[in-house]
Amino acid sequence: MLTFLRRRILSSALPLLVVILGVFALARLTGNPASLYLPLNATEQMRADFTEKNGLDNPIWVQMAEYFGGVLRLDFGESLRTGESAAAMALRAFPATLQLAGTTMLLAVVLAVIVGSWAALKPNGIADRISSFISMAAASVPDFWLAIMGIWVFAITLGWLPTSGVGGLDAWVLPILTLLLRPFGVLVQIVRGAMVSSLSEPYIKLARSKGASEFRVVTRHALRNAAAPALTVAGDLAVGLVNGAVVVESIFGWPGIGKLMIDSILQRDFAVLQAAVLLTAISIFILNILIDLGYAGLDARVRPTGKPRKASKTGKATAAPAKERKLHVQTTP
Amino acid sequence: MSTHTQSVSTAREDLTENEVVLRVTGLDVDIRTPKGVLRAVNNVSFEARAGRTLALLGESGCGKSMTAKAVAGLLDPVADVTGGTVVLNGTDLAALSPKQRLKYAGPELGIVFQDALTALNPVYTVGTQLSEAFRIHQKLSAKAAKVKAIELMRHVGIPEPESRVDSFPHQFSGGMRQRILIAMAVALNPRLLIADEPTTALDVTVQAQIMKLLRDLRTESHLAVVLITHDLALVAEEADTVAVMYAGNVVETGPVREVFGSPKHPYTRGLLDSVPADVGRGADLNSIAGSPPELHRIPEGCVYQSRCPVVQDVCRAIRPALEAEGAGRTVACHFALTTASKELDHV
Repeated sequence: MLTFLRRRILSSALPLLVVILGVFALARLTGNPASLYLPLNATEQMRADFTEKNGLDNPIWVQMAEYFGGVLRLDFGESLRTGESAAAMALRAFPATLQLAGTTMLLAVVLAVIVGSWAALKPNGIADRISSFISMAAASVPDFWLAIMGIWVFAITLGWLPTSGVGGLDAWVLPILTLLLRPFGVLVQIVRGAMVSSLSEPYIKLARSKGASEFRVVTRHALRNAAAPALTVAGDLAVGLVNGAVVVESIFGWPGIGKLMIDSILQRDFAVLQAAVLLTAISIFILNILIDLGYAGLDARVRPTGKPRKASKTGKATAAPAKERKLHVQTTP
Repeated sequence: MSTHTQSVSTAREDLTENEVVLRVTGLDVDIRTPKGVLRAVNNVSFEARAGRTLALLGESGCGKSMTAKAVAGLLDPVADVTGGTVVLNGTDLAALSPKQRLKYAGPELGIVFQDALTALNPVYTVGTQLSEAFRIHQKLSAKAAKVKAIELMRHVGIPEPESRVDSFPHQFSGGMRQRILIAMAVALNPRLLIADEPTTALDVTVQAQIMKLLRDLRTESHLAVVLITHDLALVAEEADTVAVMYAGNVVETGPVREVFGSPKHPYTRGLLDSVPADVGRGADLNSIAGSPPELHRIPEGCVYQSRCPVVQDVCRAIRPALEAEGAGRTVACHFALTTASKELDHV
């Protein structure tokens, strides 16, 4: 287990480095912050002073080296806008995104499991056709369009919900609905497919031969086996949610990391942008490790150590494979 | 296999040896396909007796597995029982709703599946899967059910069951997996055990052990066993009576020794002739010419007419009914063979 984690962390280090370098270089393509932060009638001297003060006059590899030196000391620089620590700003914005994405994902998974299983019980039945239509539609609608339509219908025309911002529960409805539809639609189709195939496996017949009720067959036997593909896709969609939050957070004025990224790009606030991207990248790596652990929890065959999960009372949980050979020799005591 | 087994499996007090446990009468199974409704099992009748083994013998596709699944209530969604009765200890299972059948699945009727690797659920320990029957039918706690599961594993000859109970199916050999499946089938001490090609996926040496286990279980608890197989030698060794199936129909039934000793149906005889016995090196093996009719092309009249060496006009017009032909034997043929043309030593 520890070896597994160590290996995963080490193998994530290189991609993280590439992410940092990439963002560092790309951010500087947006232009010189001086033209944004100084008044229009600023003199050349003022611009030069600003650039020098923020270290932007150095060659890019010098800037990069300085930045890396800072990262190693966990110093991610300061915001040009507010002078505040970039790391603090990113960390402050992150929980809002996490809450939104987490709630959305939870709802999407629960709903998709229910609808997908229901559809899989009778392939090509009425339930299947209805759910297939709904999920196709849900997976195909672009989220920004949905967000704008949602605001127009529910916030402006009907006045039921606020147009943006945070506050009461009603402020959550539109952002969550907007983010929810695509993952829901995709997951319904994945769950349905996995359930159809797992419901036709021989072990389902075995469960039925033991007198297991339909509910038990579906929830205990089929769903657990269908969970792995759903987990893969759900993980992927969760990553997409953290990234896709950029659009939805901007539209709904949600103070999360996506909005922070957009704002810092527009403001050429390099340090904040880098900190936000780095934090997102780290959270995605953590998510991937969690997904791998999730597979292992679901299915003993993919556990890193290959050991049974629970130790038996006698403490001899792992039976030596060599013992199996002699099992055939003498069976009747 | 007797000293330590009292708590798991003893003869049911309500069962006497040789009593009829299962009587299947006129069973029809239809399959819905894009080509239309096909009759997979047609008017099949047989009975299984306590402490005895009945073999359903036939080639693949003859409907023997479908018959077993129909009896066990495990037909695929596209297949339906459309006629006949399946009376198990006085109850017609075919007349029950799927929900009503649940309480019979396990306590009255157990089934052993062919491929133990795919039949066991890969994500649960064998202990969890063995416990399930006790959890469902006896409402035992997880702990109590696990104790029962360990006893059951010991009963079917799995060494060190206390530690193996927490292993997963992929950590067992094929033979051990088959033992676990058998343990599940007999967990609640049923009257009837259906064994659907229980040894097909196993090595020959393991096959013999599995068959011995089934025999022991049958003897000690007066189980009625229905053995589904295509293996003539297995039938000769294990079964008391045999029902030979062809293209969804039973063509001949009777005690194994008599049916194999003097087959009355041309198909049974053809099967027995196909057993390679005294054929010299280089000589051709005997086989039945042609192949069974596809389900959507089953002819009127006798199902075997296209391959039968003694076919007559009447066979093409009228399907022969299964009729008594000597003591304890039935045969569905207009021209039931009379001479004992084959001896048992061929098998």
